[in-house]
Amino acid sequence: MHRFANPARFLKIARPATMWLFVVGLLLTGVGLIGGLTLTPPDYLQGETVRIMYVHVPSAWLGMAGWAGIAAASIAQLVWRHPLAAVAGRALAPAGATFAAVCLLTGSIWGRPTWGTWWEWDGRLTSMLILFFLYLGYIALAGAEKERGGEGRIAALFGLVGAINLPVIHYSVLWWRTLHQGQSIGVGGSSIDNSILWPLPLTMIGFTCLFGAAVLMRMRAELAEVRVEARMRRMSRS
Amino acid sequence: MNPWPFVVGAYAVAVALTAALLLWSLVSMRKAEAAADALRRE
Repeated sequence: MHRFANPARFLKIARPATMWLFVVGLLLTGVGLIGGLTLTPPDYLQGETVRIMYVHVPSAWLGMAGWAGIAAASIAQLVWRHPLAAVAGRALAPAGATFAAVCLLTGSIWGRPTWGTWWEWDGRLTSMLILFFLYLGYIALAGAEKERGGEGRIAALFGLVGAINLPVIHYSVLWWRTLHQGQSIGVGGSSIDNSILWPLPLTMIGFTCLFGAAVLMRMRAELAEVRVEARMRRMSRS
Repeated sequence: MNPWPFVVGAYAVAVALTAALLLWSLVSMRKAEAAADALRRE
């Protein structure tokens, strides 16, 4: 990880990686979404609405993975003062917030025909909504800290504390057995039939690649802004 | 209840928000890198 502490070295890898992630992500997401819409059979219980799974599950995974990334960047910031950690945290937050919002909205749309309601204060739904608000708080805090010229330590602490919500989201369907269904896919396998399941890995990997591309683009933008500010400061001194 | 409006609605939300995120990230990156390159050339 410390090999990438040098922004120039990081950019050398990030530039081609951005394009590759974007292209592969578009391709896999496109194939997965079209396959999920047209090639899979309806579920015996949920009927056609099961197709919402192909956008809902990847967005739930990325909403949570985004905050796990922020927590890892926060540790790198607080323990090693890694020069790219705060940049990574600020880049992860909008992408994670977007996918948390997609998860909440698609879940709500899925809930109406399945449960008969758009929203329920269920453990999984509520903890996911809290995650979305945590993202908004992190974006505001990290932005304010950056404007004041801070190192990003307060945002890093917030990122670590907020990670407490991740196991709550994961185990909410076990702790509070309310409306949201339990886990269908685990380490040991899946309870979903393969004829319905196959587009899901494609959209999971595809959306993850697009998430990675968005994060790298935001990091590149932040690093370019830092270069501009540094040069402006040098020019104003001379 | 016809399920298709819900399926299409969920896909539209996912695609629109993901596209908006990617577009915003791309535009802000291009703008920032162009500004940095222009200053370096000066």
